[in-house]
Parts: sequence; C-alpha cells; structure tokens
Amino acid sequence: MSEDSIHGPADDTAECGRRRFLSRLSIMVGSIAGVIVAIPSVAFLLGLRKVPHVWRTVGKLEDFQIGTTVKVAFLDPSPLPWSGVTARTAAWLRRETAQQFIAFSVDCTHLGCPVRWLPDANLFMCPCHGGVFYANGTVASGPPPKPLTQYPVRVQNGTVQILTSPLPITT
Amino acid sequence: MRIIRFVWNWFDEITGVSGWLIPLAKHPVPHARRSAWFYVLGSATLFVFIVQIVTGIALASAYVPSAGQAYHTLAFISGTRFGHIVRGIHSFGASAMVILIGIHAIRVYLFGAYKYPRQMGWLTGVALLFLVLGMAFTGQLLRWDQTGFWSVVIAAEQAGRTPFIGNWLGHFILAGDTAGGATLSRFFALHVFFIPALIFFFIGFHLYLVVRNGISEPPKIGQPVDPKTYRRWYHDLLHREGVPFWPDAAWRDAVFGFLVIAAIVALAVVVGPPVLGKPPDPSIIEASPRPDWYFLWYYAVLSLIPRWSENYVIILGPAILIIVLILLPLIAYKGERSPFKRPWAFGIVAFIVFMIAYYGTVGHVAPWSPRMSAPPLPASVIGATSGPVADGAKVFRDKGCEFCHKISGYGGIRGPDLTYAGDRMTPEQMETRIYSGAPNMPSYNGNITQQQLSDLLAFLTSRRRRPATALPLSSSSK
Repeated sequence: MSEDSIHGPADDTAECGRRRFLSRLSIMVGSIAGVIVAIPSVAFLLGLRKVPHVWRTVGKLEDFQIGTTVKVAFLDPSPLPWSGVTARTAAWLRRETAQQFIAFSVDCTHLGCPVRWLPDANLFMCPCHGGVFYANGTVASGPPPKPLTQYPVRVQNGTVQILTSPLPITT
Repeated sequence: MRIIRFVWNWFDEITGVSGWLIPLAKHPVPHARRSAWFYVLGSATLFVFIVQIVTGIALASAYVPSAGQAYHTLAFISGTRFGHIVRGIHSFGASAMVILIGIHAIRVYLFGAYKYPRQMGWLTGVALLFLVLGMAFTGQLLRWDQTGFWSVVIAAEQAGRTPFIGNWLGHFILAGDTAGGATLSRFFALHVFFIPALIFFFIGFHLYLVVRNGISEPPKIGQPVDPKTYRRWYHDLLHREGVPFWPDAAWRDAVFGFLVIAAIVALAVVVGPPVLGKPPDPSIIEASPRPDWYFLWYYAVLSLIPRWSENYVIILGPAILIIVLILLPLIAYKGERSPFKRPWAFGIVAFIVFMIAYYGTVGHVAPWSPRMSAPPLPASVIGATSGPVADGAKVFRDKGCEFCHKISGYGGIRGPDLTYAGDRMTPEQMETRIYSGAPNMPSYNGNITQQQLSDLLAFLTSRRRRPATALPLSSSSK
C-alpha cells in the first residue's frame, strides 16, 4: 500500500491496520453524514403534494341551457396562499338533459394545451397541433390519442358541482 | 507605488498566488496560426455565462418566485429603465449561450479535439450543453406568463410518455396534482441553484482538463492521434513552437468576448426583453403556447413525425442523442483529426445545422397549428353580401373551416388552401370530404344541416380563377 511508504515502517502491520481502520472510519462517517442529510431532502423533493378531491360549485342549475357547452372556472381543492391565479382551473361543461351534465378537462390529451369550444361547429379544437374533439369528447381528428378527460359532475341542491381532479396526463 | 508593492508581496508571500497563477496564465499553447480565431468560442461561452450570473443575480433581487406574484414582479422589473435592459441582457445572453456552446461543440467536433487525451473534455462539454439547454427551458418558464405556464403543462405531458413511471414523472414536474403554487418554486430552484451548481462543477472540471491536457493543436492532414505517442509529441510541439497563453492567445478571447457582450447589450437596449404575455391564469384558455426559438426545431419535429412514432421519439430521441454524444469520444478516440480526412464530419454538421435551421423555421410558422385568431373573410374575398355564397362563407367561418384552410390569404394552413377549391373539386367531392373527414379533418356528418351544407358548397365552388359558369353543377350566385 502506498501510504505505508510515506510514514512509518512498511513492515509494521499494527500501524498499517490502524491506518486502514482510520481510512474506513473517515469514509464511513462521511457517507453516513451524507445519507442522513440526503434522505429528508430527497424525500421532501420527491414527495408530491396530494390534495383531496372536493366538489366545487360552478353555478346554479338554471344557469346552464340544455345542449350547450360553456366554460366554467373553479378553484383547486386546496390552493396554496401564494398560488394566485394559478389556483384556478377551467373545464368545459355541457348540459345534456335536465339533470345530466358532462364536464371535460380543457387539457388536450395530446400535449395538454387548452382546447377551445367552437359552439357553431359543435367541436373542440386545440390551438397547438389542431386536435379536434366532438361535443361528446371523442377524437374527431388530429393527433390526440384519447378522448377528452371527463371530470365527475353532479347536481346538488340546485347547483352544479364538479369534482376537482389531478391534471390528466396521457401516458 | 511602494505601498502597493509591499501589500502585494505580503499577500503573495502568505498565499503563494503568483506561484500558480503566473505559470497558469503563461502556460504554453500551440501556435494556432490561421485557425487561431476558431479557439475563442469556449471562452466566449464562459464570458456570457458570467454575464448571465451578474444579470441573473440582479433579476433575482427583485423577482418573487411565487406562482401568484412572479408575473407581477417581472412586469415591475420590465417597467423600470434598467430592469428592462437587464432583462434584455439576460434574455439575449441566454440565446448567445445556446448559440456559442453549439458552435463551440461543432468546432471541437470538426477539429477532432475530442480524441485522446481530451475525451473527458468532450464529455464534460456534453454535460454543459444539456445543462445550458436546461437553463434555457427553465428560464423561459420563469417568465411565468401564459406561455410559461403552459410550457410546464406540456413538459409534464411529454414526460408522461415515459414508460412505467410517466404519470408519476409528469406530476413530479408539476410538483403535485396540478400546476400551481408549488410548481414555479421548483423551477426557480432548478434555474437558480441546482443547474448553475452543476454548471460551476462541470466548468471547473472542463477548464482543469483544458490546462492538464493542453489546448488541442489545429489538426493537420496526415497527423493522426496515436494514444501511445501523443502526449510526448504534444509536449515536444509546445517546447518547439508553443506561445504563452497570456497574452498571445488570450487577447483574441478578450476581443471576441467583448464583441459578443457588446452585441448582447446593444440588442438588449435596442430590442429589449421578450414581451410578457397574458397572466398565467389556467382559466384563460385563449392560449397558443410556443417554445422559445431554441426548441422550435424540436417542437416542429414532434409535430411532423408520424403519429405512431410520437411516444418513441419523445423519449428515445433525446436518449439516443445523448448516447451518441457520449459514445463518440469513447469509440473514435484516435486516428485522423483533420475534418478533410473525415468528410462525413462535415456532412453530419451540415445535416444538423440544416435540420435545426429548417425545422426551426417550420416551427416558427407552425403550419400544423390552426389559426384560431384569423379574422373573418372580408366581403371583397367572399364576393357577395347576401345569398348562398355569403351564407356559405359564414358557415365556413362558424364551422371552424377557416382556422385550417386558407382562402385568398385569410385563415390557417393546416389543411389545403381552398382559394381555388372550385377549380379542383366538384361539389360531390367536397360533400364527400366534408362528411367523411380525414386524419386531420373532423367529419361533419351529423354536425351540419342540409341548408348549411348547400350554402357551404355554393361558397366553395365559387372559389375559382375562371368564371363560375364553367362548371355546370355550380350553385354559385356569382
């Protein structure tokens, strides 16, 4: 071993063993120090903020006409105090019958751009790559691989409510 | 004067700075002769990085990395006279870094300077290239206007295509279920602490390697690298005809670096920083997010590849690029360095530059994006103010046809230009296409009334060079 030749007799096995022990000790305590700092830091970084799904009221039942699709905006389930306008979410809400609604995520299933509703054409169109969806959310043309994601929606005490959901990610 | 000398001698005696600084500055480098100006690109990248640090610190002193406030703080910074300029310098500096590190990599590749013993110089350079691109992306995002916000969503969607962990990875980028309060802070930390720390590390390593292995000499035909003899040969070369780095070579670095920085500052003053878009409110859905110019080519490639290959290209494309760049110096570490003996090197560089320029231009035009803000066709183009043709023009607008089809210069270019549709297609052919749709056109079956269809056909058949009477089936009112 090279360090034996620096100081101390090379044939002194006790000295050699002592140095090997000290080397290993230093590397070990250094590694442990690194690990005990890294574990909480990395765990915090990797930990995703899970939020409960809550029903958000988006309007009164009579605000929505049967057969029309309108944009509704609502707040995330538990916005952070500094979220500002980013806490808002939009959805396309369609009243099918007196009691039945469909709510679509505005995110195109291709790459997540916000799709727009063309009321006269009865189509959703994505401004990014021209993905088109029919009024029921199925793909009409273009690159989207899946129909528009739907949010659960319900009618409660004369109000329309949407269940907040994570951003849909097409995998 | 004597005081200064006294202080310096005292400082030098207890620190030994001159003992390593002067030999470092004066270390011999090959006489580059006619190639000398090719050797200024790396240092210029470093100088611009320092510009980015200075302006970045200035911006960070006023920027608030909060999802609700970042946009307003940027508007505030842009509203001050010098904040406006500093933002401009930081923005043009970012572009300059991407350009310079790209040309520097091309120069090193063409000169074969990645061969023995400088393979690790290339590999650390590859790391720096991707870190700089990471800075460019996160920087665009920190603008935190509407485009910045949707860039995060699109990045998360792209990461979502990763096999097995896609969904987790996508939400990891968002820092939670949705893009919101936690997301921006994450990218701020990446842009301001994490990536710069890695850049510092790799720059230090990169420069250490440059000094340890020496600056590569300009390649000569018939002078292949042999790892067995190269170091001795290079040592003899320096001994024979080396010149001190400072100032014989360094003056060019200084002059070129000055010109680059002067150009950046001039552009910042004259052109100014990128304009802030709409606020990052996800409920404002009138958004058409576009990447900054450095990623336009990638945006275009992803938009133009066949749809089935999308998942592979999004994940495998960058992976293969990284693997090729890593393998290059490990496989081709010896032999001829001169690009004239490696003609395919010219070919590869020309191909890459052409692809980035061509697809960058295509990405700028983005023909695949519907033009949803196109103005309605004016009456002069329609050629009628009432009757079936005028009604058909309204149908053409209302059904979204115009967003993808251009007529007389108005509308999108996703689908075919219909300015002279009446010359090319019969009403029957048009009707078939409108009912059946196409891969990039929705079917209007059940989505259009008989009256609307006949008006639309009247309008489309009236789109022609020749008078409308030429086709017997025309229902045009012209």
